[in-house]
Amino acid sequence: MIRLEGVNKTFRLKKREVKALKDINLIIEDGSIFGIIGSSGAGKSTLVRCLNLLERPTSGKVFLDEVELTSLKKSKLREERRKIGMVFQQFNLLAQRNALMNVCYPLEIAGVPIKEAKKRAIELLKLVGLEDRMQNYPAQLSGGQKQRVAIARALATEPKYLLCDEATSALDPNTTNSILDLLKEINERMGVTIIVITHEMKVVEKICTQVAVLNEGEIVEEGTVQDVFLAPKTKIAQEMIYPKQKYDESHVTGRIFRLAFGGQASSEPIVANLVLRCQKPIGILNAGTEDIGGKAYGQMLLEFPNDEEVISEAKKYLDSIGVHYEEGTANGI
Amino acid sequence: MEFSQIVALLWKGSLESIYMIIVSTVCSYIVGIPLGVLLFITDKNGICRCRPVNLILGIIVNLTRSIPFIILLIAILPFTRALLGTTIGTTATIVPLVAAAIPFIARMVESSLKEVDPGVIEAAQAMGSSPMQIIVKVLLPEARPSLIVGCTIAFTTLLGYSAMAGFTGGGGLGAIAINYGYYRYQSDIMWATVFVLVIIVQVFQELGMFIVNKTDKRIRN
Repeated sequence: MIRLEGVNKTFRLKKREVKALKDINLIIEDGSIFGIIGSSGAGKSTLVRCLNLLERPTSGKVFLDEVELTSLKKSKLREERRKIGMVFQQFNLLAQRNALMNVCYPLEIAGVPIKEAKKRAIELLKLVGLEDRMQNYPAQLSGGQKQRVAIARALATEPKYLLCDEATSALDPNTTNSILDLLKEINERMGVTIIVITHEMKVVEKICTQVAVLNEGEIVEEGTVQDVFLAPKTKIAQEMIYPKQKYDESHVTGRIFRLAFGGQASSEPIVANLVLRCQKPIGILNAGTEDIGGKAYGQMLLEFPNDEEVISEAKKYLDSIGVHYEEGTANGI
Repeated sequence: MEFSQIVALLWKGSLESIYMIIVSTVCSYIVGIPLGVLLFITDKNGICRCRPVNLILGIIVNLTRSIPFIILLIAILPFTRALLGTTIGTTATIVPLVAAAIPFIARMVESSLKEVDPGVIEAAQAMGSSPMQIIVKVLLPEARPSLIVGCTIAFTTLLGYSAMAGFTGGGGLGAIAINYGYYRYQSDIMWATVFVLVIIVQVFQELGMFIVNKTDKRIRN
């Protein structure tokens, strides 16, 4: 378990102070995939660096399995850090070492004999699907492959925790998905607790069990992904979750509903069924759903005709299949 | 002077020059690398921030760098005599060369280390590396190509300096150019010396770049 108690971080710039983190209290349970989402500048990277003390909090305490990291001496802290793997947006591999030797690095510094280190590194590279790329240098690998090497490296010392700082933000959508699948597999198979920092709701939806929404250095909302995603309570969370495009509302004549899918059967033709049930045209203003293992995740913005009967019929149908909905305007609820 | 004599003269001079430069480059790097590393790690974003150390080292390095070589060459004569018992000859020239090269090399090492991706250093810290492990296993190997380029620059610069040392009785090609070309007006020998110097610079420059291209793993092939 990772526990943060009243963590504050203030950066002193030349003329002013920047409060990057304000009184963060957070518990990350073992075995979870914990998402921390926020727009850029929200303090996500600072927060994740406070977990392994790459950034030392200005005040507050950080606990790792009841060991207070913030009170440890440097050498002891280095030992504790080996229990926390870290993956970065820019991969941060050693450019002058090949994939195999990159994975060996954390073992080398932990004093593991090179022969053993290599053996373990080979196993890990197999796990991430790069057994045929072991002798390649980072410059010869694609972004996704580099991130796989970085993940193997982060896992080398058998850490209990894995911090991912925007691990997929530099990758294309397909590669992102394969990396996320890999992270999920690592969480399930090896029981590694994963902390995912991201600005993309998609990433959270896809793999996280818990999520915290960070805004201007404060956690504004926290809970299971289902709860936060289906019914975001704060405006900031809504902004993160709702579609980014802004509509010219003068064209909208009907009533707008936001439908949130939290794992209903993706085979259900919901919009078509709605049209058939209501016998009225229904417009799709925005739709972003994804099929994950036969279940639908994502959301839609639908425009219904301004007719109370039609809407109550639609609500009845949506209730019957368990799709969450909220009424709002095109640009937010 | 017969042609064969000139060749023998230049050959001896070349060997002396190369000996002086190689020994002084090696000696300067033995001090210059730790100094450059220290400058880098104590800097404000370094892994062992220490403002006073950085400031003092920086000032010393800048002071010694701002002394013109020809002045340093003379100023250091008493020290050279105390150290080696003589101020003339090839070996004696190594002392001022090393003194001039150390601060220069320290700065070059520092700038090579600055090219190392800070993200990689951060990753090494996150994995629990000690400062020494970061220096030995991350900073220096990652900066290797740039360090080698720096070394070829240092080598050619020292070759230029060593020619000046001819004025104070140093050996090598510089002394030949001055003694024959300047004092005896034998401009043919002077030009021949310059030609040999050009060849040596070319060879070492190309050799340096060859090693960089062969060993830099950032180059795809």
